[in-house]
Amino acid sequence: MNRDTGISTVSAFLRWVDLARRPYLPAIAVTLLLFMLNGFLQPKTLRPVSIVADISTYLPMILLAVGQTYVVLASDIDLSVGSIISLVNVVTVSVMAALGGSLGAIIAGIFVGIAVGIVCGAFNGFCVAVLRFQPIVSTFASGIVFAGIALWILPAAGLAAPDAYWETYGENVAGIPFVLWILAAMGIAVAVIAQLVFARSLLAVGGNIQSAYQSGLPVARLRVRAYILCGLFSALSALCLTGDTASGDPLLGAKMTLGSVAAVVLGGTALSGGRGNPLGSIFGAVILGLIGSVVFFAGVPFEYQNLVQGLIVLAALAGGVTVARR
Amino acid sequence: MAGESSKESIVRASSQFDPGALLRRPMVIPCLLIVILMILGETASPGFASPGQIIKLLTLAALMGIVAAGQNLVILGGREGIDLSVGAIISFGAVIAGNIMQGANSMVAPAILGAAGAGLGIGILNGIGVTILRIPPLVMTLGMMGVVQGALVAMTRGIPSGNAAPVLADFITQPVLAGIPGILFVWIGVGFFMAWLLSRTAFGYRIYAIGTNQRAARLTGVSVWRMRIGLFGLSGFFAGLTSVFVLGYTGNSFIGVGDQYMLPSIIAVVLGGTPLSGGQGSYTGTMAGAFLLVILQSILITLQMEEFGRQIVFGVTLLVLMLFYGRQHRLRV
Repeated sequence: MNRDTGISTVSAFLRWVDLARRPYLPAIAVTLLLFMLNGFLQPKTLRPVSIVADISTYLPMILLAVGQTYVVLASDIDLSVGSIISLVNVVTVSVMAALGGSLGAIIAGIFVGIAVGIVCGAFNGFCVAVLRFQPIVSTFASGIVFAGIALWILPAAGLAAPDAYWETYGENVAGIPFVLWILAAMGIAVAVIAQLVFARSLLAVGGNIQSAYQSGLPVARLRVRAYILCGLFSALSALCLTGDTASGDPLLGAKMTLGSVAAVVLGGTALSGGRGNPLGSIFGAVILGLIGSVVFFAGVPFEYQNLVQGLIVLAALAGGVTVARR
Repeated sequence: MAGESSKESIVRASSQFDPGALLRRPMVIPCLLIVILMILGETASPGFASPGQIIKLLTLAALMGIVAAGQNLVILGGREGIDLSVGAIISFGAVIAGNIMQGANSMVAPAILGAAGAGLGIGILNGIGVTILRIPPLVMTLGMMGVVQGALVAMTRGIPSGNAAPVLADFITQPVLAGIPGILFVWIGVGFFMAWLLSRTAFGYRIYAIGTNQRAARLTGVSVWRMRIGLFGLSGFFAGLTSVFVLGYTGNSFIGVGDQYMLPSIIAVVLGGTPLSGGQGSYTGTMAGAFLLVILQSILITLQMEEFGRQIVFGVTLLVLMLFYGRQHRLRV
């Protein structure tokens, strides 16, 4: 009897660890491993203060990777997310500055920024799903346009965000750091979206677009919605990044696009679509950050840090893909 | 038989009267656009379409075109083939070539061998990752890009070094024969090589075969994985070769000198009529695509537009161009 329950517990656990249904589990395991390795190399990183600081550093990439996931699940890709970040950042900061930096101005800036992200996403979705452009080329081109508009609005970095904005971002609210509130809100949003018919339909589109279409799914509308969601999350990412840098910079997001794709793959989501989970991408983004931290604390000589980091990321990407394929 | 051929001739006859079909031919649109942009440039700034200026544009297009040759091969091979590491390989190769050369004319040949060899090696590693480890090309080459950039920092300690030999710089920028710089002869050579490879060799036919239907190709006895490693190897090789010419063009290397070639090399292939899904297209189209890209960028500079305006017009133009070709099939029940 006792032995039977033991066996059934083990088999229940093994069923739960089924990677086909939970492709994000290895990412969580790797995150924990890197986190402990980091703590072993530099015990100070285990302090709550450091963890909160890490989270606030990783948060923009986490949000961006989650947004990218929805697009990738439908077997598309968005190479314009970095430019959307730059554009939202300069628009938000400019609006806040133009309206005088009061509380009302800050709220207006946030809403205009989010609206810009949604419009950019809708534009990408229109190009890819309605005009049937190839996603890679189309979002690369739209990214150039978004980056150009960002440069138009703010030609050089330096316009300061209102103090109240970035101070709130770095402060505690109700005794808990503000970034943790954002993280929790994002977690709830991701969980809610996962329960929607939308999420399942998206997987169907990514798995086999032809059969999804033939079974009557509104394929184009779903892909547009995925891009809109990606634009929204990119905007939120930009707002967090702005809280961190406290200023407007037209080149802010330029280097983040490919990182978001890497984070999605690290999280066990298949780039070919139809398989994966935004939860994995959250950990994928954290893994990217932790790898840099581990390489730094491991005392790798300065000039070799990028190389070692690149090799580990490549190995992790290969591992993530292998997991996604099972 | 007779019925079939008459049907064919009807199809052919009707296509002659269909302007849409003419526009759908891969080479027609880029060439048409090149002419239009040339006229536009000449109107906006007299001298834009002068022979000397065209040769300058062709020199830039040659640099883009030679990288795009490798990119073209990888994309033709299908299965989401793409090479994001070419930019990093160019930066890497330029430093290798510059350090071998150190401004000495006698070391140009070893420098070319070193840079192209390094590119070939990196490309083969990409190919192994894509085939044996079955990593999607986008992911593999993205990861490789990070590794190569890291290796570059490790090698240079963040300070770029090495410079081009005078003879190499002259070969790229000065006329060698009939007012034409040597780089253009290299590009023409690459063009002939690619045409020969794609339409005269078994290897070339097999590229189209695996790009159209990998399974069918494998069943007819094509060693798909060996083919694909070869394609990525060639892409790395062409990027390595380009790095030497880029070094000759700029005189000395700087960190990230190759970044500007990564995504544009893909755009040149697409503008040239090769869809990213692979299996169809030609390098001649890609050459036109590379030239088109360079003219477009150059016109925007000639118009003395500010940086933001250039970017916006460039991006919008790419999007408008995509209305004409490179679109995916409509879903049908």
